[in-house]
Amino acid sequence: MITILDYGAGNLRSVERACRAVGEATVVVSDPEGLLDAERIIFPGIGAAPAAMENLVRIGVVEALTESVRKGIPTLGICIGAQVALDRSEEGGTACLGLIPGVTRLFDLKDSGLKVPHIGWNEVRPTRPHPLLEGIDAGDEFYFVHSFFLDPSEADDCFAVSDYGGDFCVAIGRDNFFATQFHPEKSGRFGLSLLTRFSTWEGGAC
Amino acid sequence: MLSKRVVSCFDVRDGKLVKSIKFVNTKEIGEVLGRAREYYEDGLDELVMYDITASSDRRNIMLETVEAVAAEIFIPFSVGGGIRSVEDATSLRWAGAEKINVNTAAVDRPELISEISQAVGAQSTILSIDVLRVPGGNCPSGFEIVTHGGRNHTRIDALAWAREGERRGAGELVVNSIDADGTKDGYDIALTRAVADAVGVPVIASGGAGKPEHLYEVLTVGGADAALVASMVHYGEYKVSQLKQYLHERGIKIRMNY
Repeated sequence: MITILDYGAGNLRSVERACRAVGEATVVVSDPEGLLDAERIIFPGIGAAPAAMENLVRIGVVEALTESVRKGIPTLGICIGAQVALDRSEEGGTACLGLIPGVTRLFDLKDSGLKVPHIGWNEVRPTRPHPLLEGIDAGDEFYFVHSFFLDPSEADDCFAVSDYGGDFCVAIGRDNFFATQFHPEKSGRFGLSLLTRFSTWEGGAC
Repeated sequence: MLSKRVVSCFDVRDGKLVKSIKFVNTKEIGEVLGRAREYYEDGLDELVMYDITASSDRRNIMLETVEAVAAEIFIPFSVGGGIRSVEDATSLRWAGAEKINVNTAAVDRPELISEISQAVGAQSTILSIDVLRVPGGNCPSGFEIVTHGGRNHTRIDALAWAREGERRGAGELVVNSIDADGTKDGYDIALTRAVADAVGVPVIASGGAGKPEHLYEVLTVGGADAALVASMVHYGEYKVSQLKQYLHERGIKIRMNY
């Protein structure tokens, strides 16, 4: 059973459908109790970091989310769910959850002629082994939609990179927490296989 | 680097895939769900569905179709056709559409773009523009925004409208050439290029695709980020995977593992 946190941040139904497609039952919660009892948690999101943090505070789940990660519940963040896991975001100067040390930064690609947001399919290159990235080879592509990128302070917390005007981190993790900038639920069979692996992951890296 | 995208467009009437001929007549050419699944497995990067249902309970039929498709294909897809309000947009999003595609209703009332963008985010707001060449006409760029398949002239300059759409919060543009639509002679390269140069958001070229070379041309010279295909795949002349293989062989960065 996968618990999906609903805090009014968009693509939750897509995540739900993708979990079902890999044979996992889901329950959607939007209160602290639901999180603390969870077997495993998906923390999705699309949109803006300031609104995401505001909503998390408004429904009162910040402590419960931090606590459930601290007590070892396998948790997967997606997109904004990854961005707000760091200490802060440059988007609106937002203080975030601090599950992993680092900052979410705005792409600065003015000189490169590249467009922001970064929308579309891009190659993901695993940089360190992780159970959730098993079977993904450099060159396999995932779907992205974002204007800000993950910049963890410690290199060991980054597990994969993509190239958009230079390499940037697209997957962060520590112990039982893992989060991707890309959308597994919109990334065809490679995305679904990541969700399949999450459904049996007990936490921890390789 | 980002890959270029091959996007397929479904005109949907009463839950069926149809071909609309010059926006007037339609004929049924397949089942939406079966085709969506087939193209998804064959490497389609994105799907666009336009609802052209005429009946009064159109909304419910389309919501059901969107739900069914969303349960089986795990790539981004957008829905357009008759979206006039934030409520229309959010119900389609809830049913499973990743992105919302607005066109005529935004021409009538440009605030609609801003409202939908605020509600679902710029990344999920697509502005589709139907464009006709009007050399020597009222539009400085020579490209005019039209509606109803080209029958209604708006006197709005296409490049100015594209910029306004971006400013109002559209995260992507579909640029559909009414001149090229249905010809199978290739996209309107000059139009696509002009729009791509005028805006900072991704451009999806539409109208006129008949051969793989056309996709190559619009993704290179035309400056498009994505190429939309309809008849050339719907009638089985080409498979999505063939188009991608062709583009890949010609050096276009495209998703080949799927």
